Amino acid sequence: MPYLDVRAVEKSFVTPRGVTRVLGGASLTLDEGEFVAIVGYSGSGKTTLISLIAGLLTPDAGAIVLDGAPVTAPGPERGIVFQQYSLLPWMTVRDNVALAVDAVDAGLPAAERARRADELVALVGLTAAAGKRPRELSGGMRQRVAVARGLAMRPKVLLMDEPFSALDALTRARLQDELLAIWMARRTTVVMVTNDVDEAILLADRIYPMTPGPGAVLGPPIDVGLPRPRERRHMSLAPAYQKVRQVIVEFLRTCRRER
Amino acid sequence: MSRSTLSRFVLPLLGLGLVLVVWTALSQTVAPDLPSPVKTWAESRRYVLQPFFKDGEMNQGIGRLAAYSLLRVGKGYLLALLIGTPIGFMLGLSRKFYDTFDPIIQFLRPISPLAWLPLGLVIFRQSEPAAVFTIALCAMWPTVINTAVGVRSISQDHLNVGRVLRLSRFRMLTKIIVPASMPYVFTGYRLSLGLAWFVIVASEMLTGTPGVGGFLWQEYNSLVYSHIILSVITIGAIGFLLDRLMGLIEARLKAV
Repeated sequence: MPYLDVRAVEKSFVTPRGVTRVLGGASLTLDEGEFVAIVGYSGSGKTTLISLIAGLLTPDAGAIVLDGAPVTAPGPERGIVFQQYSLLPWMTVRDNVALAVDAVDAGLPAAERARRADELVALVGLTAAAGKRPRELSGGMRQRVAVARGLAMRPKVLLMDEPFSALDALTRARLQDELLAIWMARRTTVVMVTNDVDEAILLADRIYPMTPGPGAVLGPPIDVGLPRPRERRHMSLAPAYQKVRQVIVEFLRTCRRER
Repeated sequence: MSRSTLSRFVLPLLGLGLVLVVWTALSQTVAPDLPSPVKTWAESRRYVLQPFFKDGEMNQGIGRLAAYSLLRVGKGYLLALLIGTPIGFMLGLSRKFYDTFDPIIQFLRPISPLAWLPLGLVIFRQSEPAAVFTIALCAMWPTVINTAVGVRSISQDHLNVGRVLRLSRFRMLTKIIVPASMPYVFTGYRLSLGLAWFVIVASEMLTGTPGVGGFLWQEYNSLVYSHIILSVITIGAIGFLLDRLMGLIEARLKAV
């Protein structure tokens, strides 16, 4: 039985212009410790799928089971890194992280929780900025805080919704490398949604392409099969990389043409 | 001369000068009972230059009178915030509460202080609590409405953070809902203070309590018209200062 099992979930939204069927039976499975990416065009329903797994939305049909328990509501075991960071602007970097630590590790003594929060802030390299508020930070720093907060939830699966899409290319590359290092050290189970094929190949073990909506579904997963630890510099030259990239791009292009 | 000196000092002074000219002209022509600026100053200077003298209950320096009024407004305003803030939060948080009470609030909101005051006198049988009651009742609405709007406009993303963390109701309130709605709440507080001060004259006039408004009404009855103008200017100046003060606090709050 897979660790995370998303079975044929469907989701429609009622808009003033009628009903929009965003997801038309998307399925995916995930093993513990695996890094899976979902790649698709903007607006195809990736965020909806992540929100469903997070429990922020309820599917119209289908089921989501994590570690044997059906998902019915949001919870920290499905920690999420939002696309727009969603940091609380009235709190400092440290307090944003501590809010999650305090909520999830409520049983620990205060000193231990404080130590954990500091540790997570240090993990994403923000110790010097711990007392700053989000508005004083660059986009890259904000997203680091969001990653630290996501990890603070001790998630069984960390959900990342296009976490780096709002960043410039250089910052994006740096954060990808940092995430890669953190993931290698912690082996957290991750589902990441992205519209960047290269980002998906660099980070993920397996990649699900998503067909463009409406009624989006996930295509057959593609094993990346590149050895870890991965290094951006050498990777794009590897034949395996080229092959995976070609398969995904071809799949997405075909889907689009058929519409 | 730089543009900023012009627009910050010269033009406002020019405006003031024009008003004084028109005021003088009116008092010399169509409104002979209206004291001219010069006469107003001559009859008011003791009240301004010795603001804290006290000759009798209603004959006191303008500083003393203003202090009475400020204290009264302070009480009413505080009461307005204490009642208005929780009502605002409940309106914003609960759809049912909103549906139950919003119609009544919309109905009560436009009622003038002049209408509430007699009712306050009937209930409390004393002028002081009646005045405070009136101020509170009139000043409360901006706080109620802005707080409700503030709570309802909290971003779904921020609420989702709380949902994912499964925060308790209490922590959701203290960590997310209250701080997120603070800028709106404070705008409400600022507007409420303006209204509370606005109502002071009406409530003091009708209750005859000592203060700027009470003094204004008494001097009208004693035919000392220049003191009406003195009171009006005092009320305006204090209202302006209060608004500026709240503006400063608000700016600091929103900078967070």
